[in-house]
Amino acid sequence: MSNWEILWGAREQFWSGFASTMEIFGLSISAAFAIGCGMLYLLEGSRPRLTVPVRVFIDAMRMLPFLILVYLLYYGLPAFDIRLDAWWSGVGALAVYHGCYFAEIFRGARLTFPPGQVEAAKAHGFTKGKMFFRLILPQIVMQTRPLLGNQLIYALKDTAFLVIITVQELTAAANSLSGTYFIPTEAFIVVIGFYWAVSVVMEIIIKQCGRFSAKRGFDHV
Amino acid sequence: MFEKSTPEPAGSGQTTPEQSAPDDTARSDRIAVSIRHLSKSFDGVEVLRDVDLEVREGDVVTILGSSGSGKSTLLRCINWLERPDSGSIHIGGQRIGVNDAGRPMPVRELAKVRARTGMVFQSFNLWPHLNVLHNVTEAPIHVLGKSKAEAEALARDLLEKVGMSPKADAYPSTLSGGQKQRVAIARALAMQPEVMLFDEPTSALDPELVGEVLAVIKDLSAEGYTMVIVTHEMAFARAVSDQVVFLEKGLIIEQADPETFFTNASTERVRQFLERNEG
Repeated sequence: MSNWEILWGAREQFWSGFASTMEIFGLSISAAFAIGCGMLYLLEGSRPRLTVPVRVFIDAMRMLPFLILVYLLYYGLPAFDIRLDAWWSGVGALAVYHGCYFAEIFRGARLTFPPGQVEAAKAHGFTKGKMFFRLILPQIVMQTRPLLGNQLIYALKDTAFLVIITVQELTAAANSLSGTYFIPTEAFIVVIGFYWAVSVVMEIIIKQCGRFSAKRGFDHV
Repeated sequence: MFEKSTPEPAGSGQTTPEQSAPDDTARSDRIAVSIRHLSKSFDGVEVLRDVDLEVREGDVVTILGSSGSGKSTLLRCINWLERPDSGSIHIGGQRIGVNDAGRPMPVRELAKVRARTGMVFQSFNLWPHLNVLHNVTEAPIHVLGKSKAEAEALARDLLEKVGMSPKADAYPSTLSGGQKQRVAIARALAMQPEVMLFDEPTSALDPELVGEVLAVIKDLSAEGYTMVIVTHEMAFARAVSDQVVFLEKGLIIEQADPETFFTNASTERVRQFLERNEG
């Protein structure tokens, strides 16, 4: 029985690990996107007292190794009587960490947003919230699409760290199979295939979204 | 195209029968915009000095002056895009920017008063992620709370009026400057404002595109819209205005009907300005 056949026999483990990775990824990047948008809105300055803390928080997260954040949530929070299981610690860490990266990407684009459009919105009676969600945010998202795509791939890869706090995701499956049958090379090659496949599909989707924004003159795909 | 045409009084000519067609004698005396003792400085430089101006309903007032005279600032104060240091502005009797208690207006209240004005910018400022139709329906739906159907019907009428119906589904990035500006005019009109404010609407246009935009504004004046226009187009100002105001270093130094202003200005500065802008 070749090593590959052993892995084929254990395909159920890969599949459930893959499903778990996709679930964690989908949930955490959706939350991260919402967090990024929320932080950008706070940076608009309708609550001036929050602007500086938000900036500091974003920078603090960007300068923190992801793994440390995961450890902090999983091992550190119980000291404050907050207990998250491994799965929720992982999702929470991914959401907050990449949410801050999303916010930073959005913030960069917001700085070059044409002030005339904001004036036009004000002149037409828009209040801050509606102006932000209907006019500013959609354009910022379209404009930053390639960077967001890149960040999604980082986030996907970061899900692999969660094996360290015992989340049963894709890398954990490979880890356990390689340990059980002592076939690390083949087990990890299979896992690489999964990560690549997902990344390639994401790249294609993000690229297709580019057509939508190119039609509106935002980029040239 | 506007030279030598005798200025038509607002409301004459192309008005439809159901509109009351006010001629000069029967013109409404209601005040659309009233500006009192308006002053504004930028970094210690006085841009507006104790400016008083009244715009009657149905009137077209053009503001002339050299660059830096404060004319754009004056216009932008009317809808509070600039906050004056002192003085007051009323739109249809409602004070803008300051509430009854004399405090700065809450954002929501300010937005409501602003919605009573329509503004057209030098650089168009269309929202590029929305197509032409949705640029025009965006504020009526999301600010005025109109239904989608109602807003679209109105938008299509307005796009027809500015000659942009065929481009309803196009995105702004595909339009010429003149087309963008005509859409911007329709977008402002869709708010059904009490007064339209034009901030150098043709200054960013290629010369051959200026005419199409001025023609639209001229049509609006014939329909009796109340308008305040900052412009450098002298022939146009002469043709559409009921009142011409000349600003110099933040002061109104001449204010007259267009005939008097262009042929018989009382100040030397204005005569000089007109001579220079003749050729």
